[in-house]
Amino acid sequence: MSVLPILLLAVPLAGCLAALATHRTATAVGLVTTGITFVLAVVTAFSVDYVRPGTHLITDVPWIPPLGIRFHLGVDGVSVPLVVLTALLCFLSMIYGARRGGTPDRPHAFVSLLLLTEVGMLGTFVALDLLLFFVFFEVVLIPMYALIAGWGGAQRGPAARQFILYTLLGSGVLLVGLLVVYLHTSTLDIVALAELGGTGMSHTVQVAAFVLVAGGLAVKVPMWPLHTWLPDAHSEAPTVGSVLLAGVLLKMGTYGLIRIALPILPDGARAVAPFLGALGVIGIVYAALACLAQRNLKRLIAFSSVGHMGFVLLGISTLTAAGINAALFANIAHGLITGLLFFLVGGMAERFGSTDMDKIGGGTLTLAPRLSVLLVIAAVASFGLPGLAGFWGEMLAMLAAFDPAPGLNRPLYLVFMVVAGIGAVLTAAYFLVMLRRVAQGTFAAWRKDQGVLDVTRAESLAWSPLVVLVFVVGIWPGLVLAPTAEAVGFYLGGR
Amino acid sequence: MTAPLAILGTAISAAGAVVLALLESFETRATLTPTGTIPITIGLRVDDLSSTVAVMVTLIALAIQVYSVGYMKHDVRYPTFATLVGLFTLAMLTVVLAADLLMLYVGWEIMGVCSYFLIGHHWEKPSATAAAIKSFLMTRFGDVGFLFGIFVLGVGAGSFRITDVIAAVPTMSSGTVLTGALLLLVGVVGKAAQFPLHSWLPDAMAGPAPVSALIHAATMVAAGAYVVALLYPVFLAAPLALDVLAVIAVVSMIGSALAALVTDDLKRVLAYSTISQLSVMFAALAVGGRTQAISHLLSHAVFKALLFLCAGAVIIAVGSNLMSEMGGLRRRMSLSFLTMTVGFAALAGIPPTAGFFSKDAVVASAEHAHNWFVFAGLLLTAGLTAAYTTRAWLRTFFGPGPDVREVSKLMTVPLASLAVVALGLGFVGLWFDELRPELISTVLSLAIAGIGVVAVFLIWRRDPAKDPADSIGRLRGVFGSAFGTDTLYERTVARGVMRLADEVARVDDSVVGRSVRGTGSGARALGGLLRLTQNGNPQYYVTAVLASVVLIAVGVVVMR
Repeated sequence: MSVLPILLLAVPLAGCLAALATHRTATAVGLVTTGITFVLAVVTAFSVDYVRPGTHLITDVPWIPPLGIRFHLGVDGVSVPLVVLTALLCFLSMIYGARRGGTPDRPHAFVSLLLLTEVGMLGTFVALDLLLFFVFFEVVLIPMYALIAGWGGAQRGPAARQFILYTLLGSGVLLVGLLVVYLHTSTLDIVALAELGGTGMSHTVQVAAFVLVAGGLAVKVPMWPLHTWLPDAHSEAPTVGSVLLAGVLLKMGTYGLIRIALPILPDGARAVAPFLGALGVIGIVYAALACLAQRNLKRLIAFSSVGHMGFVLLGISTLTAAGINAALFANIAHGLITGLLFFLVGGMAERFGSTDMDKIGGGTLTLAPRLSVLLVIAAVASFGLPGLAGFWGEMLAMLAAFDPAPGLNRPLYLVFMVVAGIGAVLTAAYFLVMLRRVAQGTFAAWRKDQGVLDVTRAESLAWSPLVVLVFVVGIWPGLVLAPTAEAVGFYLGGR
Repeated sequence: MTAPLAILGTAISAAGAVVLALLESFETRATLTPTGTIPITIGLRVDDLSSTVAVMVTLIALAIQVYSVGYMKHDVRYPTFATLVGLFTLAMLTVVLAADLLMLYVGWEIMGVCSYFLIGHHWEKPSATAAAIKSFLMTRFGDVGFLFGIFVLGVGAGSFRITDVIAAVPTMSSGTVLTGALLLLVGVVGKAAQFPLHSWLPDAMAGPAPVSALIHAATMVAAGAYVVALLYPVFLAAPLALDVLAVIAVVSMIGSALAALVTDDLKRVLAYSTISQLSVMFAALAVGGRTQAISHLLSHAVFKALLFLCAGAVIIAVGSNLMSEMGGLRRRMSLSFLTMTVGFAALAGIPPTAGFFSKDAVVASAEHAHNWFVFAGLLLTAGLTAAYTTRAWLRTFFGPGPDVREVSKLMTVPLASLAVVALGLGFVGLWFDELRPELISTVLSLAIAGIGVVAVFLIWRRDPAKDPADSIGRLRGVFGSAFGTDTLYERTVARGVMRLADEVARVDDSVVGRSVRGTGSGARALGGLLRLTQNGNPQYYVTAVLASVVLIAVGVVVMR
């Protein structure tokens, strides 16, 4: 029994309630709460013994005994990086939201919704009971819906509605899949189910359950062609909402695939994996092409997420240790880089009054040099320059596709690898074109008279940790890969 | 403050490289990261080849850093420039000294991005940013192949360490080795701007002259030749790959020499000649002349860096890249004239310059290998090279021209030092058997080069104000556009991708998007039905809740 996972959930929950009660001090409450949560997450990361197999820091008490649902929490190398990433992004979002002139309307509601989202996200990553996982998965949706609908852009209504309907539909499918598993195994405990490794379920049941579970999670990933809610949601969401949406919410889908779908339904995974891989690489190329034709920065970055998640799916679909490590690493890298990109685009929108590239007009390297240099770094990291965070995950995903698990169709995976490689070139293409349109070139004369402010102190406080981590994780990938590689090794070894 | 730091840093790394060259071969390694499959190691691998190239890289980088202080004197972006040149040097050293193929790839790509940033140094100019993007994408296309080649060899050998890969070559199947070698060649061809991925290099001349000298002449573009030499056992085990390399080299060397013959932009002439000279290195590698290739790599690095720096001096003095606006500079810029003459002589292979020795060794190696296809290609290239070199020399320094002044000392000192090295380096090669000049190849290539020089001179003498290239008439346009390859790529690849992109964006918005929005309005219609039940009667609600609880309870009991 460990209190750490409980505290990870209890602190933001308490903060959420406290923020509702306050009015003017809401942002302060949010800052303190997310700060403490981040410290707790870091403590968690350091108190796990990664070399020891299994889950750690376990809390396991009955919750709804008649249904056999338990309040089972715990972490391992697979979830710890995501927990830290979530806590960090929430903390940075609060810092960004607390800066002078940046406080949203109705701050107490905003802060408390954000903290509720954090509870759900952290809960998803530490839950070890299928229904508990599902509950936390759902807890995230409502506050995120409210954040988009309440603080979003001009078209926020339809975008928020589309977001909630689409993801709820996915959740429904996921729930059915989880119930199929429960009906055949009579347990909802993820650890126990992983040990069973699919025994008790026939091949057909496994395939059906995998399709349901993966299909439900794929909406969240989002996997092509289930991605269409994402660009709208992103382009309308407030900056902080976009950061969390891209930085954490998308990972709940891929994390679920790795935590639930692969170990619990191995036969199903082997049967369906090639389809996941195919849709993943189609997503990479499709998203890159869509980005090339994009005029809006926020939509561009949203589509780029579809491409990056395509690499994650490709990694998962190889069913190898390398592929799953690639997926976990790419998750973290995408969270850092795309989180940063959305912050920067939010900054651009404040300064230039639009996220439309034609309206921004170009030459921002002269107008706001530091902001633009950060944009250049984030873009270069996002297309996977080695030495920055984006590279290792995508490279490993392709390496895993070169050598997929035995039993999978290797020539097919070689095709996936080549398509992913072409996608990587196209990804570089649209980011460079974006930089050429926005950062480089010349600016209109009236922009100069308008007087554009460069990065403020509060902004650099919120952004610099991400920039630093993009470099650190890029130069020292072992920081993330060492814990995940151990955990994934046990994971696949135990099957 | 930037300039002393940049120079000092590069000088220290040059000293370090010299120390490495004096040490015995060694290899260090430590695991960088586990991956779930073959781990990635980090470490240095120092042998004669890598330490020699490292010395070359750092010394040229030093010359360029010194020169840039003068060249970039009035440029506000000098600090960024110096930093990127430093980062580039680090990346190139990573390529040269890495013990692990994936680490080599890391350096390989970082070089590419530095090249992108530096070509786009004048980023307010659309031509510069377009050239930067083009260069990065064309090389990245090749790099993806290169990465896959690393996968093939690494997975085949069970390790990404270069030593292990080379040791495992005999145990790998011939198919694996051939696939790996061919895929590596894709990256090599892209980085070295060989046909058919050649068209980015002339455009890359939009960058400042020191960048062209360092990245697009001496180091990055030659990294491909270095990698082939480094992994030579792999290529020797895949003769077909070497044959492919030979064909690519011969096509590239002749094609780009023809393009150089008619181009008016001095830097573009040098860029085409770089492609051509890199092909000479690849030709040497293709016929088994590893030492000859590396010796040409080193001598080319020196004389081509010299040529670009001289061109930079001339361009900054004249204020234009075009040779039609130069001419008669030999009196007014005597030092630039002298040093550039040495560079041109080396390029044309005139004794006793380094270019003469190294090119001759390559020709001799083709002769020894009885590869007459490569041999003939090399001789033809020697003639064409002498011709376009003479044309550039005459058009820049002779005939009528503008009134200008010599550039500052900070720039002329590196020029003079490089010129001295370009004159003397060839004699160092005399220590090695395979680099000594041989009678037949020397006589043949000198005779053909002589024909090229004399022919151009005679045409030029008729009217010194006129471009000798005009005399070939309509062919000039064909050569000048590099046989229309660029237009072809522009029309097919670039436009095709953009059209596809527009199509995807349209489909995504209309077909996929609309069906989803359809579900949205459908759900609202459904909600309208449900609203009928929301009649505001509390009794109704309570009944409904109770009924649901009973249903759930029954459900739970039945399910268990």
